[in-house]
Amino acid sequence: MKYECTACGYIYDPVAGDPDGGIEPGTAFADLPDDWVCPECGVGKDMFEPLE
Amino acid sequence: MSQPFEAVKVSDRVWWVGAVDWGIRDFHGYATSRGTTYNAYLVLADKVTLIDTVKAPFMDEMMSRIASVVEPARIDYIISNHSEMDHTGCLPQVMAAAGPEKVFASKNGVEALEAHFRLGGRVTAVADGETVSLGDARVTFVETRMLHWPDSMVSYLSGDGILFSQDGFGMHLASTERFADAIPRDVLRHEAAKYYANILLPFSPLVTKTVAKLKGLNLPLAMIAPDHGPIYREDLGWIIDLWAEWAQQRPAGKAVVAFDTMWGSTDAMARAVAEGLLAGGAESVKVMPLASCHRSDVATELLEAGALVVGSPTINNQMFPTVADLLVYLEGLKPRNLVGATFGSYGWSGEAVAKIEEWLGRMKVDLVAEGVKARYVPDAEALAACRTLGQTVGRALGERCAASG
Repeated sequence: MKYECTACGYIYDPVAGDPDGGIEPGTAFADLPDDWVCPECGVGKDMFEPLE
Repeated sequence: MSQPFEAVKVSDRVWWVGAVDWGIRDFHGYATSRGTTYNAYLVLADKVTLIDTVKAPFMDEMMSRIASVVEPARIDYIISNHSEMDHTGCLPQVMAAAGPEKVFASKNGVEALEAHFRLGGRVTAVADGETVSLGDARVTFVETRMLHWPDSMVSYLSGDGILFSQDGFGMHLASTERFADAIPRDVLRHEAAKYYANILLPFSPLVTKTVAKLKGLNLPLAMIAPDHGPIYREDLGWIIDLWAEWAQQRPAGKAVVAFDTMWGSTDAMARAVAEGLLAGGAESVKVMPLASCHRSDVATELLEAGALVVGSPTINNQMFPTVADLLVYLEGLKPRNLVGATFGSYGWSGEAVAKIEEWLGRMKVDLVAEGVKARYVPDAEALAACRTLGQTVGRALGERCAASG
């Protein structure tokens, strides 16, 4: 499932991952490390919400 | 040499060296009806430190205030808490004039400043929680990402106990008074609410988190010195608690009716809706014709409201442009916990009401009544339907407020 950053609107797509942040494609949001931050604005995982 | 502008003493070693913008009335779409200030602060420690700068056209005013207490060439450090150009517009010129040993910003700030000014790696990144020595004083940086830009941070001066909070706890208010205790509380409250509603509202969950983070640091606070508006040196809890409360976005008993009109029909409907809202149980109703009410004033009223009712005539199969302007603005501000409804007059087709309902739905406004449309000029029956619509929204608002305690 995709997740949206409530602060800046960035969408985390598990299919794409976050290669620049060291996250392999295919990584589910739940499996992101606790210290992963939004690549666009830098806020933490807890500011993300599942995209309906 | 005497200077046309003078620094204002904040504490034993801190001086306000900012600028007052008396004339600004449009701050990127926010109606700054009382003007604003761009605050910069000079710390006369062993390492002379300038905290933030001002909007570019005001550089001379800032440099003159600095020169009234110290030669600008003696500035050792510049701290950039926030990259937005009202605080950095003259940064490259100040760096050229003062030749500081170091310029500090957050990691995101370094990137943002580079993307603004191409400073060629001359800004040093500081980490969240890092402390920099000024010789006989220390400054600790706390990141406040997305409050309200990715680069945002605050700087805390130990000993003096001053939190330089950049846009945090700020407001747009031009004044000769530098301290909040010299300004009427109702003026402060209105301008603080307007600033929160128009700048911080979308980031409310982060405001809650960041206020808790700052409180958790247990820093002895003597003053809060923001980058806009007055400095707080008394009753600091007043502004902190207001922000914490606004961040909750609790429903309140006030309703806002925002509309525009072509030939007075939607205006007549708006007034009937307002009567219905009061009869239904709204504590207060603010009727805001968009021809005379600015979008940022509607946002301000909505900060402490629980209902939004929007009216528009249909023109060329669309809602009125001023209504679209308001909705695009409000959608970005992400108001929450609102009930609402829609109304409007039309001649043929009448798409506006359905389009607004769709938009409000996207904004998560709980539509509690079916929109009311009136052909050309509303008759008694149509006005009664508007009143009923208002009553239905007013009742739903009352229930929401009761449920939230």
